[in-house]
Amino acid sequence: MPKKILLDSKKIDLILNRLVCELVENHKDFNNTVLIGLQPRGTYLIEKILDIFKKKYPNINIKSGILDFTFFRDDFRRSEKTLKASSTQINFSIENKNVVLIDDVLFTGRSIKAAMSSIDSYGRPNSIELLVLIDRRYKREIPIQANYCGAKIDTFKGDKVNVVWNENSKKDVIYIENNG
Amino acid sequence: MDKLSVDHLLGIKFLKKSDINLIFKTALHFKEIINRPIKKVPTLRDITIANLFFENSTRTKISFELAQKRLGADVVNFSSSSSSVKKGESLTDTVNNILAMKVDMIVLRHPNPGSPLLLSKHTNSCIINAGDGAHEHPTQALLDCFSLTENLGDLKGKNILIVGDILHSRVALSNIYALKLLGANIKLSCPLSLIPREIESLDVSIETDILRALKWCDAANVLRVQKERMEKSYFPNNREYTMLFGLDINKINNIKKDILILHPGPINRGVEITSEIVESNNSIILDQVENGVAIRMAIIYLLASKMNFSIN
Repeated sequence: MPKKILLDSKKIDLILNRLVCELVENHKDFNNTVLIGLQPRGTYLIEKILDIFKKKYPNINIKSGILDFTFFRDDFRRSEKTLKASSTQINFSIENKNVVLIDDVLFTGRSIKAAMSSIDSYGRPNSIELLVLIDRRYKREIPIQANYCGAKIDTFKGDKVNVVWNENSKKDVIYIENNG
Repeated sequence: MDKLSVDHLLGIKFLKKSDINLIFKTALHFKEIINRPIKKVPTLRDITIANLFFENSTRTKISFELAQKRLGADVVNFSSSSSSVKKGESLTDTVNNILAMKVDMIVLRHPNPGSPLLLSKHTNSCIINAGDGAHEHPTQALLDCFSLTENLGDLKGKNILIVGDILHSRVALSNIYALKLLGANIKLSCPLSLIPREIESLDVSIETDILRALKWCDAANVLRVQKERMEKSYFPNNREYTMLFGLDINKINNIKKDILILHPGPINRGVEITSEIVESNNSIILDQVENGVAIRMAIIYLLASKMNFSIN
């Protein structure tokens, strides 16, 4: 199946702005809220979101970090491949904080489950919310859903949803392809 | 490469440079984890590890146990003084009995060189060498090199001095293998009676003038004089050894350059190194201890990831 474009840069930009508005509505001044991008792909999305905050809400000071949850995954030793970790950058306690986890695509939900276990290493948060750009509906293997969702899509088995971020944001694109 | 080329850690001699790089890269993640408010991950929750120590150990044993517990593994400890070994049981029998209780991995310290290799051939388990006689101590060498890399960057072309009892030191041999793989230049400094025969074949040089050696190096790894392994006297007395090879502030001031000081412990203060040097800014001895846990976590994680999960 050829690549089918789901969202072009214009739509992505609109969605991201809407998601930021929703966050501001719920978290107001972000005094007690932290944004955490999930490795590997959520790190690009959180950068985009922080950029929008800087431009549209320069007075809001946001604490943010990057979380790798490799060592909390439930598929260790389940394949020939060694699970490869990425870096974590959280230089603050999340005790009693409202945490917003940020990832690009919500699929089986297993990554989010691992991320929620992993975030506990930094304290007991007051609440955890989830923001995703794409929600692949009906593909969940555990009961997890997003609080903030850019777009919901229906996919078939074997479909791969690719979010491509470019240095020039006018070339950002999300497409779907099926390899079999 | 994202996998170790070996199924056991028997010695640095069996590793490739890419293995060391993978261990270092993985250890960086574990170093971040052991500095979190909650330092534990559940990765190895389905793995049981037995620490078999047939020789005394404080640092290595605690470091291994912490590494295992922080990875979420179940741990059992064994020391030869309170075991059936005293009743004449062979090493292979002891280990096979422990493995029959569904243990997945063995960490072995043993006075006989080659005992981890023997076990790897006669048991069905993953073996980690935690020191075998005067042969190898691979995890110590890896944590030494990791600590050096943190401070000096790439070790290629760096000058590393090993001072002390080379003859009886497993740390020295493992360090030589590891530093060579990483491209460092190595010099040894100690009384000639403590230099093993044929050591030059490992492409190391020997310098008996400690000041010349210190001036040459970027870092000095100071080893303890292992009196307990000496069957005879290798130098007249401690005082003479300290005067000629002990690191003190006079020698360090004399070389007029900053060098890193490492020591694998335990330290005999006032013999091979003075307290002043141990506690100086040049010393990375406590960094070595912290890195030891991260390095051992990385090794256990990478070896465990080669053992595929079986529900049966």
